[in-house]
Amino acid sequence: MAPADTKANQEAHWSKTTRLMLTHLGIWFFFGYVIHMFVNQLNAIKIPILGFPLGFYMAAQGSLIVFVVMLFAFAKQQDKIDRDHGYAED
Amino acid sequence: MATQSQASAAFYKQLGRMYGTYTGAFVAFIVFLAILEYIGVPNRVIGYLFVFFTLAVYAIIGVMTRTAEVSEYYVAGRRVPAFYNGMATGADWMSAASFVGMAGSLFLFGYDGLAWVLGWTGGFVLVSILVGPYLRKFGAYTVPDFMSFRFGGNFARFLAVVVLVACSFTYVTAQIFGTGIIASRFLGMQFEVAVFVGLVGILLCAMLGGMRAVTWTQIAQYIVLIIAYLVPIVILSTRKYGFPIPELTYGTAIAEITAREAQLVKDGLATLCTAANCGPTTLKPHIQPFLNYTPLNFFGIIFCMMVGTASLPHILMRYFTTPSVREARQSVGWSLFFIFLLYFSAPAYAAFSKLEVYTNIIGRPITEIRPWMFTWGELGLIQVCGKNAASLQAVIDACKSIAGHPGVIRFQDFVINTDVIVLSTPEIAGLPYVVSGLVAAGGLAAALSTADGLLLAIANALSHDVYYKMIQPMKQQSRNLTVWIIGAVIVFIMYWFMTGTGPFGIAWRWWGIGGLAVIAAATYPFLQNANDVQRRLVIARVLLLLVAIASAATASTRPSDILAMVGWAFSLAMAGNFPALVLGIWWKRTTTAGAIAGMIAGFGLCLFYLVTTRYYPQMGVDYFGMTAMLNPTTGLPIVDITKGVKPLAVQQVGWFNLNNINCGLLGMPLGFLVMIVVSLVTPAPSKEMQALVDEIRKPRGRTVLEEKTS
Repeated sequence: MAPADTKANQEAHWSKTTRLMLTHLGIWFFFGYVIHMFVNQLNAIKIPILGFPLGFYMAAQGSLIVFVVMLFAFAKQQDKIDRDHGYAED
Repeated sequence: MATQSQASAAFYKQLGRMYGTYTGAFVAFIVFLAILEYIGVPNRVIGYLFVFFTLAVYAIIGVMTRTAEVSEYYVAGRRVPAFYNGMATGADWMSAASFVGMAGSLFLFGYDGLAWVLGWTGGFVLVSILVGPYLRKFGAYTVPDFMSFRFGGNFARFLAVVVLVACSFTYVTAQIFGTGIIASRFLGMQFEVAVFVGLVGILLCAMLGGMRAVTWTQIAQYIVLIIAYLVPIVILSTRKYGFPIPELTYGTAIAEITAREAQLVKDGLATLCTAANCGPTTLKPHIQPFLNYTPLNFFGIIFCMMVGTASLPHILMRYFTTPSVREARQSVGWSLFFIFLLYFSAPAYAAFSKLEVYTNIIGRPITEIRPWMFTWGELGLIQVCGKNAASLQAVIDACKSIAGHPGVIRFQDFVINTDVIVLSTPEIAGLPYVVSGLVAAGGLAAALSTADGLLLAIANALSHDVYYKMIQPMKQQSRNLTVWIIGAVIVFIMYWFMTGTGPFGIAWRWWGIGGLAVIAAATYPFLQNANDVQRRLVIARVLLLLVAIASAATASTRPSDILAMVGWAFSLAMAGNFPALVLGIWWKRTTTAGAIAGMIAGFGLCLFYLVTTRYYPQMGVDYFGMTAMLNPTTGLPIVDITKGVKPLAVQQVGWFNLNNINCGLLGMPLGFLVMIVVSLVTPAPSKEMQALVDEIRKPRGRTVLEEKTS
């Protein structure tokens, strides 16, 4: 049974939502920026079989795949938070 | 409730059947054209059939989905399923520049070009976690709707409209220009006529059905553009490496390019870009970072494009159309997935093309030159030894006139327009013309779908926000006066600023003014008797038509300035919209005064930096402490500012060596700062407003803003 729409419930819902937002922003920042700051070091590593230098690969594909997966994961996690607090849509 | 979800499940199934059939029919159509080509139908006919049949299909969808309901016109009735809205957003997002230009930038810039790939994908993360779903819950028709509601009325609405028009108008002009270029290159149409055809195509899709029609045509356009983008490169990869997934096989191509680059330098056919000497004639290794952009500008582009994505109204408004907040979030995931399919293939195009150029053109004796080049050389898009490579003889003559030329093509001899990379791949791979026609149809779909979305965003802001929310509620007398003044201003603008010749040799200004007169005469008696809904929809359509004509007229003058400004849209949207959107949702304490001051400060600073660096560099140096831009590799100033600077297309001066395309990096932080400081010194928003912000944060329940729809 979902909890009632009280002020406490509302605040708990929002603090969980905020935490989820910050977690995803952190991952976004890491794969959008931090990892590419080390492109020269990563380029020294070759991906076996495919032959990509790792630094190039992360900017061309790796980070993009992370972003797509992240978005579906986020949709699921946020929906769970909404459900737990009784704020999800029917 | 059960009946509703059953109905939506049936709707979903029906959509699957419709678009499945559509995709099958499109593939059959390609096969049919391939057969026509095989039995000897000329290339030009096949090109025309491709373009006209796809345009006709979009137009039919546009006409079939016409509507007479306000909520259908503005937000497609809010029943577009997440998956399909994702596809529509993909088409809305991917412009002519993504389809044709992106691979070219990657060819030219190597690793540094990936800043665009990252920047134009990662922003969707911000859309989903910070902005989009909350705006969906709010229940707006346009982004200015939200600004006005949250920040106390029409002044905030007006600012948001200014930001929206500033970032969308140059962008839509570039799309219409793109349709003209593609149609004139592939079909040999006159450029001005091609622009007009593009305009008609866009209007047929958008005018009768608004957002509803644009949604269903964008899905059809996505299917065409993604097939067109992937087919040539999949075939090329299969032929070259025996494996049909180019995104995996181009790793080998990159290794070969790197080896070939070393060989060319060793053979004295190319000079390597070094800290001492680096320019357009030196070779920049494909995988080496920061040769074209400094790290600051590289990460700046990524950041501005990402935050810009989350601030551009024509993207945000796509998430107003989903049935629920939950589906809005899923839909962002699908959007990025569909965009990803194209963006992670673009580097493969660049790598395969570069390998072809480095092995079969550069380092080859002139007489062994590949004939596919001459098609593009004739159009002036490929130059060898400083002359258009129109034929073998032209190339031989051009190179002979260079003293001491070795008779082998050197790196510095070869210049290619980046648009050629995608367009020429079918020919490089030796594929039949039907594939080239397919690529042209795909490029057109990309340009048209983005133009539809942008045009709708502008026209909706004018009809919903400016007319319905600001002018309509006025008293009769002042309303009439306002309409007259605006009409006079429009005629004045059309007369003075519309230059260039439209189709049939009639100047655009007369097309515009004549059209306006016809529209006014036709709609005036109707508007007198119309009810509220009819009047809103007629005005929405008239404004759409006017904006479309204005942007087509601008595009037909081939305005190099405007085309260079497209990248600015992201920074302008970011500086003007992002702080107000994010703080409006995430910080209840944001006040009206704070938001308005922040929007003006952020947008103003960004605009100031753009205009000063591009048009008044001398003033920037004299009064605002700007210094010369530095070459990213050598670190030397590109101009001597003590000798005076003239405005040029290449940015010469700035602050902190920051590219002006990254002006959002200055404007957005200032916007946040001003918004927070002013909010803290002004009284907190009312209890009611704070309660409404709480409402936006909960997906359950009715939308906050309830529009009168009948």
